[in-house]
Amino acid sequence: MKEKAKILDKDGIARAITRIAHEIVEKNKGTQGLCLVGIRNRGVYLAQRLASCIKNIEGTEVVTGALDITLYRDDLALASGVPVVRKTEIDFDINDKNLVLVDDVLYTGRTIRAALDALIDFGRPKSIQLAVLIDRGHRELPIRADYAGKNIPTSQDEAVEVRLQETEGVDEVVIIEKN
Amino acid sequence: MKILIRSGRVIDPANNIDAVMDMLIEDSKIAKVAKNIKADADKIIEAGDKLVMPGIVDMHVHLREPGREDKETIESGTKAALAGGVTSVLAMPNTEPAIDSAAHIKMLKEAIQKSAQANVFICAAITKERAGEVLSDIPGLKKSGAIAISDDGASVENDTLMLEALRLAKREGLLVIVHSEDKKLSCCGQVNLGFTSTRLGLRGVSVASEYKRIERDIELAEKAGASIHIAHLSCKESVEMIAKAKKKGIKVTCETAPHYFSFAEEAVLGYDANFKMNPPLRAREDMLAIRQGLSDGTIDVIASDHAPHTENEKDIEFERAEFGVIGLETELAAAINELIENHLLDWGKLVTKMSLNPSRILSINKGTLSVGADADIIVVDPVKEWVVKKENLLSKSKNSPFIGRRLKGFVEYTLCQGKAHKWNL
Amino acid sequence: MNWVRKDLLGLEELSKEELELILSTAESFKEVSTREIKKVPALRGKTVVNLFYEPSTRTRVSFEVAAKRLSADVINIATETSSVKKGETLIDTGRNIEALKADIIVIRHNFSGAAIMLARHVNVSVVNAGDGWHEHPTQALLDIFTLKEKLGKIEGLQVSIVGDIAHSRVARSNIWGLTKLGAKLTVCAPKMLIPPGIEKMGVNLTNDIDEALKNADAVNVLRMQFERDGETAFPKQLEYFKEFGITKERLKQAKKDIIVMHPGPVNRGIEMSSGVADGENSVILEQVTNGIAVRMAVLFLVAQANEKIKNENTD
Repeated sequence: MKEKAKILDKDGIARAITRIAHEIVEKNKGTQGLCLVGIRNRGVYLAQRLASCIKNIEGTEVVTGALDITLYRDDLALASGVPVVRKTEIDFDINDKNLVLVDDVLYTGRTIRAALDALIDFGRPKSIQLAVLIDRGHRELPIRADYAGKNIPTSQDEAVEVRLQETEGVDEVVIIEKN
Repeated sequence: MKILIRSGRVIDPANNIDAVMDMLIEDSKIAKVAKNIKADADKIIEAGDKLVMPGIVDMHVHLREPGREDKETIESGTKAALAGGVTSVLAMPNTEPAIDSAAHIKMLKEAIQKSAQANVFICAAITKERAGEVLSDIPGLKKSGAIAISDDGASVENDTLMLEALRLAKREGLLVIVHSEDKKLSCCGQVNLGFTSTRLGLRGVSVASEYKRIERDIELAEKAGASIHIAHLSCKESVEMIAKAKKKGIKVTCETAPHYFSFAEEAVLGYDANFKMNPPLRAREDMLAIRQGLSDGTIDVIASDHAPHTENEKDIEFERAEFGVIGLETELAAAINELIENHLLDWGKLVTKMSLNPSRILSINKGTLSVGADADIIVVDPVKEWVVKKENLLSKSKNSPFIGRRLKGFVEYTLCQGKAHKWNL
Repeated sequence: MNWVRKDLLGLEELSKEELELILSTAESFKEVSTREIKKVPALRGKTVVNLFYEPSTRTRVSFEVAAKRLSADVINIATETSSVKKGETLIDTGRNIEALKADIIVIRHNFSGAAIMLARHVNVSVVNAGDGWHEHPTQALLDIFTLKEKLGKIEGLQVSIVGDIAHSRVARSNIWGLTKLGAKLTVCAPKMLIPPGIEKMGVNLTNDIDEALKNADAVNVLRMQFERDGETAFPKQLEYFKEFGITKERLKQAKKDIIVMHPGPVNRGIEMSSGVADGENSVILEQVTNGIAVRMAVLFLVAQANEKIKNENTD
């Protein structure tokens, strides 16, 4: 494992989030009926950052929730390391909301597929949009992001690691070469 | 047919011998024991660095024939015996039917004649069908060739009946072997009573169910003036009780089995029925007391209590599994590992407990390497290690607690009545 | 911390970390039962067989609900209706269930050690739903989960277990689990119902119910069975209630917010009064709810671990 390049630093991440926040407000014509749901683990923190950005722009609170998709995965046993099941916390009604799903990296699309399944179990939102910090390509399912902080072409021998203050103590995105 | 066993360390406590010598066997007898024997032998066994000892006399063996030939037969049991260095066994009478009459002994003798590979002596039942209600025809049993009587597997509950049996046995010169267990105290028990039974959620067998019955049996033997032999000692209190009786001059002898000096009760924690026997494996301090009793001479005999059971009777829910384990093929190695290696016995004492003492107690002409004695001899490699494997066991049943264990001490040759068997790993 | 066991057979063999992992996983699963659609696809396509050799409605239903909320298919086999009565051995039954390509066997058996024996002979996961007097791990886990939920922690808690300790698998599993997690335990029973050597499991003993209640943060009251084959010297029911029954009067001497638990079904007027069973200290129904979350967690963890074991074996 070797770190190959830093794609975003602290400021880069902040700028990307601010831009996505603006795009969300613009596309949804304000914050009426808007909610954010982050995918555990890092998506939750990104959703919270987006919410506080939106508050700065619009002056309104947007509700955020946390979604654990472990139970909806299609690779129960293939996952490297047995995933720990964490709590899903969506304390609000998602029916008829414009729901923005937030994750750190969009790759094969399977996580998003699982998240969509999970969300449908909670209700019937008016729309579901997808916001990711990094889109690295190599989709295996017909899924695309509505908002992306940065598009990075990668090879499958590489891994993209998003590190956040809340989880790793530092804000940065790096590309790592897998051996 | 002449066989020469050359340069082995001969261990013959009956004659106070522990020295490197040669031994010449002519047909079925020992012809000469001396240094540098020159003879035209048909076969020479090189026994340098090996031990030459009298064959083991195992006075507690269940051959299961007649009736339960699916577990063991006289043939398979005696083959297993030879592989373990055992040249003589005392067959216990809890067969189907039980050996409780002259007719049954006659039938059993014929079967032995036909298929036994080693010497088989007969122990008959004290009571009819071992039911503890009506005495067998004890003089008749003696006349037909039984050398001991026992209701092994059960204790004769009725004191008066037991006393009568002991008196008759004394008159007839028969040894009485007792399975000392008070079933009222041990009822339905599966493992040793205490932390182990609590941990496993099983009913326990108290040590009292054993030693209290030993106390009674000794008392009755004393009253009758008869010789009594207590089978399968498992706990400290029993050892103490025997020591006390011996001090008083009561004619009591006793045995323990290899599992009682090799394992403590924790061995059963995985619910493996290969560690389930009656009496059960006891606490560590009991195991140590058994070892001590062997070392200080309180316990006279090591016998296997070889109790074959099929897989269907063993590899099932623990509470449904039969009691008992096989032991003929592992007893010598187990004794070497636990008793010789721990310096509790020397080789002479080991032979005494496994061959000489049982022969004396049973009054049979075995257990020595004297000139003229039966050529029942084993040649043992005392340092060779082997792993007990289910697939290598010759017994029809495979219920050994030693499976998977590495043991030191390997029987290279067994000579039974002069017939040599060579064993390989 | 990863869960690597294909089976859950008892709490004695588990580490503190493993216990904590089950509890935290159960916490996540509890949320599923609060949803309008109480179902996740985690075990979709898996088959869970409830193999019950003893009549039990509560535990069986709880496992069934748990499996179904994980989208597994559930088959119930009870002794009355199966070939068990025709003399089939447990191993044969287990292998037959395996041949049906089931993934998990949940077994309840009247013989101690039956689950352990079965697990040795099959490759499918085995979950012990109570074996003889030995262990009942999921019951203890749900008791512990409920305690933790109510009091925030287990470490340092004073917990008393009252009743027939000698014949109770619930008691044994609770003792193993709670002591590993740092609780201080007292067991309270008539002398004849305290099994020998129990203090080696790290518990205090008392025959005095008031003493057992005095400083306790929680009391777990076991179900009494007065009819038992081959056992004598059981106390009379009324006598038992007088000496050991939990009443409002007795609770007045205890901590005000002492938690009262019972694995159910409650013998009202024998183990405790109705007032206590339905009172504000009782968490009996919460235990039932939590049982589902705990069993979901257990089924999920063993299935996942076994899936991994199978993959590694084919690699």
